[in-house]
Amino acid sequence: MDAIILQILNGLDKGSAYALIALGLTLIFGTLGVVNFAHGALFMIGAFCAVTLNKILTLGYITIDETQKDFLGNPLKVENTYVETWFGPELGAAIIDWSVPLAILFAIPVMVAIGFIMERGLIKHFYNRPHADQILVTFGLAIVLQEIIKYFYGANPIPTGAPEVFRGSLDFGVLLGFDPNVIIYPYWRLVYFLFAAAIIGAVFAFLQFTTFGMVVRAGMADRETVGLLGINIDRRFTIMFGIAAAVAGLAGVMYAPINSPNYHMGMDFLVLSFVVVVVGGMGSLPGAVLAGFLLGILESFASMNEVKSLLPGIDQIIIYLVAIIILLTRPRGLMGRKGVMEE
Amino acid sequence: MLGLDKRDATLLIIVTLLTMFAPFILNPFPEGSAMAQFNAGYPDLMQRFVIFGIFAVGFNILFGLTGYLSFGHAAFLGVGSYSAVWMFKLLSMNVVPAIILAVIVSGLFALVIGYVSLRRSGIYFSILTLAFAQMSFALAYSVLTPITNGETGLQVYNDDPQYLMGPDSPTVTNLFGLEMRSTYTLDMGPWSFDFNAGYYMCALFMLAAVYLSIRIFRSPFGLMLKAVKSNQQRMNFTGLNTRPYTLAAFVISGMYAGLAGGLMASMDPLAGAERMQWTASGEVVLMTILGGAGTLIGPILGAGFIKYFENIFSKINDSVLHQWFAFMPDGLEDFMVFIIHPFIGKGWHLTLGILFMLVVIFLPGGLVEGGQRIAAWLRSKTPGAKDETTKSTEPAE
Amino acid sequence: MGILEVKGVNKRFGGLQALGNVNLSVKENTVHAIIGPNGAGKSTLLNCLVGKLIPDTGSVMFDGQSVLGRAPYEINQMGISRVFQTPEIFGDLTVMENMMIPCFAKRDGAFELNAITSIPSQKDVVEKAEAMLVDMKMIDKRDMHAAAMSRGDKRRLEIGMCLSQEPRLLLLDEPTAGMARADTNNTIDLLKQIKEDRDITIAIIEHDMHVVFSLADRITVLAQGTPLVEDDPQNIKGNPKVREAYLGESA
Repeated sequence: MDAIILQILNGLDKGSAYALIALGLTLIFGTLGVVNFAHGALFMIGAFCAVTLNKILTLGYITIDETQKDFLGNPLKVENTYVETWFGPELGAAIIDWSVPLAILFAIPVMVAIGFIMERGLIKHFYNRPHADQILVTFGLAIVLQEIIKYFYGANPIPTGAPEVFRGSLDFGVLLGFDPNVIIYPYWRLVYFLFAAAIIGAVFAFLQFTTFGMVVRAGMADRETVGLLGINIDRRFTIMFGIAAAVAGLAGVMYAPINSPNYHMGMDFLVLSFVVVVVGGMGSLPGAVLAGFLLGILESFASMNEVKSLLPGIDQIIIYLVAIIILLTRPRGLMGRKGVMEE
Repeated sequence: MLGLDKRDATLLIIVTLLTMFAPFILNPFPEGSAMAQFNAGYPDLMQRFVIFGIFAVGFNILFGLTGYLSFGHAAFLGVGSYSAVWMFKLLSMNVVPAIILAVIVSGLFALVIGYVSLRRSGIYFSILTLAFAQMSFALAYSVLTPITNGETGLQVYNDDPQYLMGPDSPTVTNLFGLEMRSTYTLDMGPWSFDFNAGYYMCALFMLAAVYLSIRIFRSPFGLMLKAVKSNQQRMNFTGLNTRPYTLAAFVISGMYAGLAGGLMASMDPLAGAERMQWTASGEVVLMTILGGAGTLIGPILGAGFIKYFENIFSKINDSVLHQWFAFMPDGLEDFMVFIIHPFIGKGWHLTLGILFMLVVIFLPGGLVEGGQRIAAWLRSKTPGAKDETTKSTEPAE
Repeated sequence: MGILEVKGVNKRFGGLQALGNVNLSVKENTVHAIIGPNGAGKSTLLNCLVGKLIPDTGSVMFDGQSVLGRAPYEINQMGISRVFQTPEIFGDLTVMENMMIPCFAKRDGAFELNAITSIPSQKDVVEKAEAMLVDMKMIDKRDMHAAAMSRGDKRRLEIGMCLSQEPRLLLLDEPTAGMARADTNNTIDLLKQIKEDRDITIAIIEHDMHVVFSLADRITVLAQGTPLVEDDPQNIKGNPKVREAYLGESA
């Protein structure tokens, strides 16, 4: 029992990331009808927003403290960060410590801007081109974005820490009445899951309860009719693209402490997120979220030693295997609508 | 000639001449000259040209004709490589059984994957092939280690059985005794040209592959594949079963990939799982689109183009750039180097990505369409500029 | 016994009864028109005949054999060809290539791995396709891209493609929908010509009464998914039930 709970918990954070990326992919696909292969790159850029903010905050200068000597007897060089100088040592240190959550504020405008530019500058021209062309051009864009990041940040992963308070682990088992140290779960992963849940909730609430969201949902169901009503769908879709980009970016920001950002993390997640979208059902938002968590948890179960000894290698292929079975038996995915991309 | 019409025969002859004289064509600059860095006539690079040419030509039979975009074709290349290395381990270093087994095994593999994947079309087909390839990749790395040797990669060891190995048999890959690595170097003054046995064998295979591809394009079967791309509904209501047509195209293109993989292993008896990764599948997509999907010559052009510039760009560094712009004033020179720096050396993929996007956006027909547009533009200029014909007598290549 | 026998066919979509107990018998070598107001189930019926839909109950027999459960291509190979409301042709291919495809399908069946032979060497197919282009008066458009043609030409090409398969039953789904008067008249003439020249049975769904009464030997009126009347054209014209259900509506 405890093992099962542990695996479910372990699957949640990866599942959250899958769900958030798949949600954005589905928003873009559902509203714009575009298959966006560059969506993983947006996730990756989000993670690098966290890296960037951390770098900016820790920018500093060196002063020489004549009163202290280092071990060679020279005056001690002290590194100071501007943030600490401006805000005082305590607040400054706290700001640096909290750089990842703070990066959310930084990432939102950046990601929305990137989303707008992408949609207006590139994707817009591909609405009426075949899906293969959309896949190809966004695939090219993904390569370009990832190479730009690689140029500026190098090929190595850049460790980016969570705030000090979240670095420990929660003994989840004790809360549920199990023995101590059976189910331990890092705080930050819990934060990540809650954060993802909040974002998903916000997106659904936005689509459900605002006029804007209503029009977008109507547009997802039947684009032409809404266009005929004289509603400026295009502008709303641009905004939707910005939102989808922001969702992917935020997923990336908060993922930075879990997995040190590297330039190819986007592609790694993209392939899996596409599988998630297809399993959930192309064009279905609840399907994307459900499939994201399901596959995350399933993957975590498959990596249990008991399972691996029974079916060696299953942890490596479980997601693909599920995708293949789903596609063949339920071509519309778990919750897909009829006729989406079926030609 | 050979059952080809005049245009196709001309095309085949041109490709034949280009591949046969490639050691000359690709090494136009004298050894040691400043331009020598643009030479590409090294055996291993030339081998890559033709091997990837085969891979792309095969991919084009599927994607170019039927429009089914496979994102998992590298799996067949990888399977071909593994099969070939196993032949080296079990029989001898002769490449013939290796290549035969590579083609057969990859064909069977493609039959299985294609049978399942082709039950869906469009993006679903792409994702299915991607999933299968990633699965093969993951399995090759983990569970299948006894067959694939995992991360180390499969290679030939001294204690391998090699049942057909005689006491005098060569210990490197060979074609009935002709070693693949054997190279004859022709020195002509400052020029130097390499004639490599492995390259010529691969080149012959590529010519055969291109010939077969032309035949397929011009056959009733090829016409049916184009019909699949154009209108499946009409096909079904014309009494044609699309499934076996697409499956046959898939298997044929899988066998092309297997042949490429087998040749790769024949040049260098190694096979690693990374050959199956989806980035490798993406590369053949890039080659085909860049050259011109659905055209006969496009994929070869694309493969050559990407492999050539990958090689050249990776070699250019800042000091080379400084040499080029040395004629400029210092400030401007540094600025130019600064601007170009991200696109060279390790930045080659950035250049490739941008190039690829530009092609998809502006030139959906790839380099071939670009060539046609230039040719049309030249033709439209010629009649108007009758008085200045002397000006435009440069060979239109 | 007609060449096509539909008996007791029912088809529901959720709560909607699209077809209710449809019986239809199409006699060999006649033109049988199926008319009815919008939503009468004409297209659903047609889709049940060609394998696009499978009826919930009932039987569809073609020449004594059931077509139910067979794939569209198999039904087509049995001898039923269909012309669509919007012309379905191979837009990316040339007119000649379009015409050769059904000729190959007729000669080689549903699948043939003819990967090495060249098309020009298949003289029988080339000649047959060219002859059909001459018949359809479009040999001058031989090398044109099919997608670049006018709607009337596309329709003509599609009919020609169906005829090259030498079908025993030709199904036409509103062949003149969206056409100008001149194109409509051309199509009527073409169909009359086909009827005269060939041993062929034609079933036609049509809105345009002018077309129906110029061609049909027999008419079935469909209303709300059920056949209302089946009779000769002159009797249909005078039938008050039909007037009420259909003709009156168009006034």
